[in-house]
Amino acid sequence: MLSVKNLIDTNSLTADDITQILDTARSFAEVNSRSIKKVPALRGRTIVNLFLEPSTRTRSSFELAEKRLSADSLNMGGSTSSVVKGESLADTIQTIAAMNVDMFICRAKLAGTPQLITENTDAVVINAGDGKHQHPTQAMLDLYTIRENFGHLDGLKVAIVGDLAHSRVVGSLAPALKTMGADVTLVGPPTFTVDDPTWFGCPQTCDFDSVIPDMDVIYMLRVQLERMEGAAIPSRREYNRLFGLDGVRASRMKEDAIVCHPGPMNRGMEINTEVADAARSRILDQVSAGVATRMAEMYLLLGGENNGIDA
Amino acid sequence: MALMLKGAHAVDPQSSLDAVVDVIIEDGKIAKVGEGLTAPKGAEVVDAKGKYLVPGLVDMHVHFRDPGFEYKETIATGCRAATHGGYTDVATMPNTDPVCDTGAEIRYQIDRAHAAGLCRVHPIGALTRGEKGEALAEIGDMCVEGAAAFSDDGHGVQSAGMMRTCMEYVSMFDRVAIAHCEIESLTENGVINEGRASTRLGMFGWPALGEELEVARDIELCRLTGCPLHVAHISTAKSLDLVRQAKAEGLPVTCEVTPHHLFLTEENITNSYNTNLKVNPPLRTQSDAAALREGVCDGTIDCVVSDHAPHAAHEKDCEFEIAFFGTIGLETTVPLLLSNLVSKGKLGWDRFVQCCAIKPREVLRMDPVTISEGSVADLTLIDLEAKVDVEESYFESKSHNSAFLGERLHGAASDVFVAGRRTLKDGVVA
Repeated sequence: MLSVKNLIDTNSLTADDITQILDTARSFAEVNSRSIKKVPALRGRTIVNLFLEPSTRTRSSFELAEKRLSADSLNMGGSTSSVVKGESLADTIQTIAAMNVDMFICRAKLAGTPQLITENTDAVVINAGDGKHQHPTQAMLDLYTIRENFGHLDGLKVAIVGDLAHSRVVGSLAPALKTMGADVTLVGPPTFTVDDPTWFGCPQTCDFDSVIPDMDVIYMLRVQLERMEGAAIPSRREYNRLFGLDGVRASRMKEDAIVCHPGPMNRGMEINTEVADAARSRILDQVSAGVATRMAEMYLLLGGENNGIDA
Repeated sequence: MALMLKGAHAVDPQSSLDAVVDVIIEDGKIAKVGEGLTAPKGAEVVDAKGKYLVPGLVDMHVHFRDPGFEYKETIATGCRAATHGGYTDVATMPNTDPVCDTGAEIRYQIDRAHAAGLCRVHPIGALTRGEKGEALAEIGDMCVEGAAAFSDDGHGVQSAGMMRTCMEYVSMFDRVAIAHCEIESLTENGVINEGRASTRLGMFGWPALGEELEVARDIELCRLTGCPLHVAHISTAKSLDLVRQAKAEGLPVTCEVTPHHLFLTEENITNSYNTNLKVNPPLRTQSDAAALREGVCDGTIDCVVSDHAPHAAHEKDCEFEIAFFGTIGLETTVPLLLSNLVSKGKLGWDRFVQCCAIKPREVLRMDPVTISEGSVADLTLIDLEAKVDVEESYFESKSHNSAFLGERLHGAASDVFVAGRRTLKDGVVA
């Protein structure tokens, strides 16, 4: 059993919670490698995918995870939902909750939305990304990928590079890595740094080149192109020159160091093709891990073995 | 009818009064102040033993939402809240719909308040038409109709040139310009103090500099134009230092603070995303709040105001980033000051009276009210023993969006007299 009822942020997770999720995900990864990729673990359970902002990969990943657990799912999107018609989120949630659903998966462009959902339903809530706050299921798939590669997480040196200021990924990944004993360094131009790095307890630097040789994992964040309008960076070209992970920079990495990216990638901006497709890239492993870890999270939060269901 | 307040501890630094006295009120004025007075024949005697008597309190920064947003508050309900909170007078900010930027709008509010018959309302007119920051509002017309001061509260006047024009123009009337200091290019999208809180909760920050830079600018415009400047809802230690320095130079600069900036900080905003704590300017750090409390005690801060900002439930029961800014405050300011400062011996009664009665009248260019013979009988009686449980049922305001819901406070106004008329009696609005 996890120590939390909902998965809203990674700060609330203990090392034991994270380990349980990663261990459980491993057995689901095995399920995903079978020709029949389905278990009855959540048969009869109803899961609502409430995606209040556009998402392709996270949504597909959750949908596949639900299908493979035999759950019944309902998809609600921002453009079709009543939220667009002016209904408050609380009313939307209470309306759906009145139909007796077991779980909400929520993606929202406003921070704190998943928390607000928990206040309006007894169903379990999983945060699938809220504004620039947190994206805990992304952090779990990242940790899974890194742990599968190195066999452990403690003591690893991880650089998270890029648009830290607008990133929900760093909001979840940095605390989770720290909980598991990894060392995290935040890297980005000063216009992309977080307001208060002491909250994460991580050093923050704009000197990417100097940190590269020490790192076990270099985690490149997506630069949201719409963020460029505020002139936080002058151009795509200059960003690539200063902060892009290209072949030359990758050649200075430790021999067994790996590269991660949450996707979707801007090739030629934060990452170049010769690195994205290189042997040390774990980007597609992350995608695979996404389904397995999300299955694990849904399974554990809906009761796991204590609920008479087996992985 | 004559009235005698018997045995109250009266505090009025203007008359060097700090003693237990009897006060006789006749024809709306104070007829006599002294010990062991005999009540005139037929006078109602109010036993005020153990209570404090102060000049009627004034909240010089409230939003009554009328006209335009009557579902949040009306002048009538706002006046009930003000009376319940202990006030004889309030000044209303002009960000109604339409914006209060003409004499007719000023007159409307005064008339409506008169009809409500509780406290007096002193409308503050907009500096610029529609608070758009582009063209001067009819400031002279508004003065003639009774505007107490001028402000684009809700927005900073973004253009330094426009603010200069406003202050130059206001300087020909005996009125202050009240500045809501916010440079929008720095605070755009900001909903919470920039720093630890914005990082922790993943929301865009509203940096201290967004306020401080405009405070500095407006102090310099005050120096240039000679127009008296009043800095609204000051929220950072640095802003306060700028005001302190301006005062030391002898510039006509005053400022005000809200109880939420004195007693709450960004740390009160937890991952429950309580939208009643979403205010503008945002709650700052502990050291800012400590500096502001110090400023109230040492006199750098002239006035304590509520910035009473009512919003309907549906405007707050939503995601933090889209919730409206503001908390109500008319009915909690006095209990908070008493519980957190006065009762703890951190703020003397004389300073309390300065901040809540004397200075606001000076800033609004109102006649002084004293506890002495001949003064208009605008008085507030305060009971330190009164218990205030801050919950929805406590409020007279039409809205309940209080940042202090759940607080248990001690001390509140028990009675209010407006020109001798008892508008609040034993804590109940007349």
